[in-house]
Amino acid sequence: MSQKVTEKVPFNGTKEQEEKLLAVIAEHKGMNGALMPVLQKAQDIYGYLPFEVQKIIAEGLECSLEEVYGVVTFYSQFSLNPKGKYKIGVCLGTACYVKGSGKILEKIQENLNLAVGECTPDGKFSLEATRCIGACGLAPVFTINDDVYGRVTEDEIDGILAKYKE
Amino acid sequence: MYRAHILVCGGTGCTSSGSPAIIDELNKELKAQGLEEEVKVVQTGCFGLCALGPIMIVYPEGAFYSRVELSDIPEIVSEHIVKGRIVERLLYSETVTEAGIKSLNETDFYKKQLRVALRNCGVINPENIDEYIGFGGYQALGKVLTEMTPQEVIDVIKESGLRGRGGGGFPTGLKWQFTANAESDQKYVACNADEGDPGAFMDRSVLEGDPHAVIEAMAIAGYAVGASQGYVYIRAEYPIAVQRLQIAIDQAREYGLLGKNIFEKGFDFDIEIRLGAGAFVCGEETALITSIEGNRGEPRPRPPFPAVKGLFGKPTLLNNVETYANITQIILNGPQWFANMGTEKSKGTKVFALGGKIKNTGLVEIPMGTTLREVIYDIGGGIPDGKKFKAAQTGGPSGGCIPADLIDIKIDYDNLLSIGSMMGSGGLIVMDEETCMVDIAKFFLEFTVEESCGKCTPCRVGTKRLLELLEKVTNGNGTLEDIDKMEALCHHIKSSSLCGLGQSAPNPVLSTLKYFRDEYVAHVVDKKCPAGVCKNLVQFKITDKCIGCTLCARNCPVNAISGEVKNMHTIDATKCIKCGVCMDKCKFKAIIKE
Repeated sequence: MSQKVTEKVPFNGTKEQEEKLLAVIAEHKGMNGALMPVLQKAQDIYGYLPFEVQKIIAEGLECSLEEVYGVVTFYSQFSLNPKGKYKIGVCLGTACYVKGSGKILEKIQENLNLAVGECTPDGKFSLEATRCIGACGLAPVFTINDDVYGRVTEDEIDGILAKYKE
Repeated sequence: MYRAHILVCGGTGCTSSGSPAIIDELNKELKAQGLEEEVKVVQTGCFGLCALGPIMIVYPEGAFYSRVELSDIPEIVSEHIVKGRIVERLLYSETVTEAGIKSLNETDFYKKQLRVALRNCGVINPENIDEYIGFGGYQALGKVLTEMTPQEVIDVIKESGLRGRGGGGFPTGLKWQFTANAESDQKYVACNADEGDPGAFMDRSVLEGDPHAVIEAMAIAGYAVGASQGYVYIRAEYPIAVQRLQIAIDQAREYGLLGKNIFEKGFDFDIEIRLGAGAFVCGEETALITSIEGNRGEPRPRPPFPAVKGLFGKPTLLNNVETYANITQIILNGPQWFANMGTEKSKGTKVFALGGKIKNTGLVEIPMGTTLREVIYDIGGGIPDGKKFKAAQTGGPSGGCIPADLIDIKIDYDNLLSIGSMMGSGGLIVMDEETCMVDIAKFFLEFTVEESCGKCTPCRVGTKRLLELLEKVTNGNGTLEDIDKMEALCHHIKSSSLCGLGQSAPNPVLSTLKYFRDEYVAHVVDKKCPAGVCKNLVQFKITDKCIGCTLCARNCPVNAISGEVKNMHTIDATKCIKCGVCMDKCKFKAIIKE
């Protein structure tokens, strides 16, 4: 349950993003257990949760930055690092694992020269090993953004990825 | 009035295989033929037969089409809908008989099932409250509010014998009683929809297919225990379920079935959705509560139990989705009806997500007491490719493996516990001879190590050490002494961890050690992996079936294969990285793993 900042990408949040975030904070302030919903919306706005964003949230909700950081690093869906334009998620749930998704993951890593949890330098692809996404009938499964690839074999990986490289 | 209904599955499995596009295409095609007033397309929840998706069923004939593709739609509309001729090539083969088509309910997959929690899944449109009401929805809430006292409701649930479907199996009625007995100005009702077990998707299917059933049951629970606010804690990984649940909550509010003064009986109740953020431990009740409160989802010691001191420090009733899905039926049909199903101590039905090496992967609901054999062979259709059944895994990372010689066990809470597994939330993964049991134990331990929240030492450090021992074994460096060490460590972790995650984390290791000890021994003594999975212990060899076609040598990524054309080839074991490409490529089955 730990994650670290893998490479420092300069924060370039816009004024509009900040305004949106402040509106979200204002809407949730005073609500019981507001931190999680605010973090989720903040991640929707920025794509990830760098320190700069965490600071705004801590000030807005009047809690300590440590508290915010503690929650962000506890949950695997909150990311301290930016994600790629194409987010690849390989399901490593039991049903997919039994049907060979481990090999699919290896093949993708090899193809993109990319480790799990990282993003390619051009910002195009990021790779996650996900928990069960519940499409067990299609095992093994991986996703690229909203596209779901089911019953995949290792041979198909290069062809599928090529479509996104163009 | 519509003369025909086309029900298309909109569960996550079928959505992934393209059912939304199929619905669009159907509507387009019907419109083109001028049939949009005569035929209605309904997007339903999960039918259960995920392996055959995308799935659709056309009424009144009840024709069940499977693996439908976009290009099939014009034919379905022009042949079936316009001319009344069923498109036979698309029918699920099990439903085709010489006398015509038979009902889906008579096929092997559905025959032995009994749908209580899933009664509306695949039948109604989950995004339309009128369809739910048309199928008897909100009658139970009406009955409870107008005819019963809160204590009478609790007594009915107690009498039914319903036990928690989240895995623990605690009697639901007792939980309701404890929360009702606690005195407080404010109480809460919560629903655990943080279905984290890998390979389990029962709760998601209920929420996607019949969200109102959960909302109605939570309102009933609110009335019974004296709570006015409900929370559903659901995984953010389930976007379709979240969206449909939100639609359902909004519709219920609009109809006055949530909100103030419901049924004009002075009862107020509302529900809010809270999203999880990917932490398995939040399925544990105290961790779930701390997470809703907006903190790191770490568990805390019990007592005090949530029924006394739960969410925001107030008495809280927490049940799982499938548990709630049974409530309205118990209220309407009576506790005796429910208690008549199942075994002596486990009443009713249980939903399982069938996955792994089995023909009919999907969602099934069976009466408690059905044997594992019936589930795997009759309903599941057996193991594909003529392979042999080796084990079934239930209970996910907290459960254990059931070996082939116990296949006639009757599935219920107590039987599964007695053989070292557990009911769990309902994942049932089937494994065949190509699955290495040590590797599976390692797979689950990797999961628990990753998901351990780190609060208590036995779980945080213990599971890590246990995983290292397992890695030592699968790498071929293990000793017999390591196996004993693992066993002892398992018992320490079980007895001293703070919450259910740690207490059950060693189960996959203990149960594989119990039933497949010989495989562990093969790994450490013979340095062999009998299933041929653990790379360090596997050797690829070319047998005399080789005709020297050179295909393997050309495909080997590390040039480890040598040999002359038309002569037998050999593999250089020092170069081989055991990727298995040669074996897959060989057309003569000349390459073996040993």
